[in-house]
Amino acid sequence: MRKSRFIPFIFGALMASFLGTAAASADDMNDPYRQPALDALKGKTIAYLPISVGFDMAEAWGGVTKLGADRYGMKFTVQDPNWSTDAMAQAFTSLIAEHPDVIVTQNPDLQSLARLLKQANAAGIYVIQVNMQGAVQTDAFVGPDFIAMGEQEANLMIKACGKDSGKSGKISIVQGVLTGGVSYYQVQGIMSVLKDHPEIQVVSSQAADWDASKARAITETVLQQNPDLCGVIDVWDGQGIGTGAAIKQAGKQGQVYFVTSGGGAQSQCDALADGTFSAAINYNAEGMGRDIFTAISALLQAKQAPGTLKFQIYSPSRIMTKDDVKAGTCWDPAQYAKLLR
Amino acid sequence: MNIRRVFGKFNQERIVFTLAVILFVIFSMTLNRFLTADNIVALLRSVAVLGVLGLAMVVVVLGRGIDLSLVANMAISVAWAIQLVNTGTSVGVAMTLGLAFAFGMSLVTGILVAYAEIPSLFATLAMATFIYGFGRAHLITGTDVVYLPHNIGWIAGIGQGSFVNIPMPIIVAAVATLIAFLFLRFTKRGRFIYAMGDNFAAARIAGIAVRPMLVFQYVLAGCIAYLAGIITATSVEAMNTRIVNSNMIYDVILVVVLGGVGLSGGKGGVRNVIVGTLLIGILLNGMTIMDIQYTVQNVIKSLILLLAIVIDSIVNPRDEQTGQQGDI
Repeated sequence: MRKSRFIPFIFGALMASFLGTAAASADDMNDPYRQPALDALKGKTIAYLPISVGFDMAEAWGGVTKLGADRYGMKFTVQDPNWSTDAMAQAFTSLIAEHPDVIVTQNPDLQSLARLLKQANAAGIYVIQVNMQGAVQTDAFVGPDFIAMGEQEANLMIKACGKDSGKSGKISIVQGVLTGGVSYYQVQGIMSVLKDHPEIQVVSSQAADWDASKARAITETVLQQNPDLCGVIDVWDGQGIGTGAAIKQAGKQGQVYFVTSGGGAQSQCDALADGTFSAAINYNAEGMGRDIFTAISALLQAKQAPGTLKFQIYSPSRIMTKDDVKAGTCWDPAQYAKLLR
Repeated sequence: MNIRRVFGKFNQERIVFTLAVILFVIFSMTLNRFLTADNIVALLRSVAVLGVLGLAMVVVVLGRGIDLSLVANMAISVAWAIQLVNTGTSVGVAMTLGLAFAFGMSLVTGILVAYAEIPSLFATLAMATFIYGFGRAHLITGTDVVYLPHNIGWIAGIGQGSFVNIPMPIIVAAVATLIAFLFLRFTKRGRFIYAMGDNFAAARIAGIAVRPMLVFQYVLAGCIAYLAGIITATSVEAMNTRIVNSNMIYDVILVVVLGGVGLSGGKGGVRNVIVGTLLIGILLNGMTIMDIQYTVQNVIKSLILLLAIVIDSIVNPRDEQTGQQGDI
């Protein structure tokens, strides 16, 4: 046999092996880390239990998390206790029995859910606390650093009402629920700064229970009692609408420096634009939603037992005034409300 | 007994009025800036809505009923009306639709009480839950606080405007009180309500159309509640549907009972509501000035109510006539 007869076969075999290795290395050019990550997330269940699904920030947190869940093939359930702490505790207990992979929740006050949070971690469920910290640390906390925010607000007050401003130095604080994290920690931050500034006098520090009508009634009386009131701090812009209305109706808009904080929903931008708020600290609830999903994704991929990794993710915030409000600065809660229905 | 002879003329209304005057004097002397015109105006303004709701409640209570669905009806109908304006409906149409919703829901309540003969306590309790649930599930589907839009027009003046330096809520409440007083005292229907409350069976035998009148009471209460809701929403520039879960309805009952309107019906009138509202207003205003927390304020309110009822039962003990009727 002539050797040249085998040349096509040899050539063919060489080509085949070359293509084979090329094909094999084309597989190797795929991202080897992507599939394990997707597998860690796929099919998992996220249970969302805020204080209520009826307010703008909760809708943003849930909506953004749901968008992430849908993208990665996860299940997402929502429970709405409608501001009732009892209903919330009940729902949490039944969630522990149902055993989702992750529970995303919010503490109505420091103590109510503390025992249940520990139980959930012990039962093998990752727990993420949003916005309002409880007395117990679980896998992740996503929320603003309210103590630092309180300090920022106090410093704004000192600038507007302190020694060099020529004003009376009297301020009023409108709290939410006295033992709710948002209120409690902001007040801590405020008072820690103010104790070094005796020229600022806190003439009133009442709780408005997150209700704009109560905030309005409180502020109206305070303005009445202290016509030279210089500034007001309200711990949440949802009730700050009422406080601002009281200031406007007393004819003191512009005289009283009003600072509040919130998640950046459209109502905050509107209130800044029309002068109801003098300044607002925006901690961007949409960004918090993204942080929540990032935390879920990290925890599920790390595959540690729930309660092993514990971290605090503090949301960035910015101080906004009227000049910072442009189209698109704030977000519309209606789109997220629709997602969660 | 001596007390009876000396204070025999003191029914609950007079006791409460005396308490109000005493508190007023004490606060004027001890609290800074209590007795200024601005503070009195703020005091009246903070209870204007409560007073209007008290009027709605008194119409029903005089006819021996009770309406626990007032706050739910008010919140959902007004929130829906504002939401319609926000999504583009014209203000007039939206407000009319809101009123129609309040009218319709109270019509159903009235029919349940009058024709299905369900006791008013249960019927209105159930309707309150139904209205709130239906409203939040199908009508107010966004956030539970509906913000007032800036283009709402002259209606905003009801909560925010003023007339000769008196805020509009007080004026609206005063006008509503006057109309309610004239209605109950001088019209046929008003007297029929008293008759039905005093002795339902006798009223029916005497020829009063009791069932339509019952329905009319609840519808009237619902419409007055809608007015109260408009005042609230325009004052705070938002309608917070969460008030349905709060104690507001019990505050309304407090104002009515405190003023001396018997829950057994047929006794009392608009003046009682005014007296009750005044006492609550003075109390709340004084306590806020003293910087007392809201939770403690509730405790004090309830203690005052107990005090008034205890004094009333000592001074006017139950006799054959009043003992028979019971409370609800």
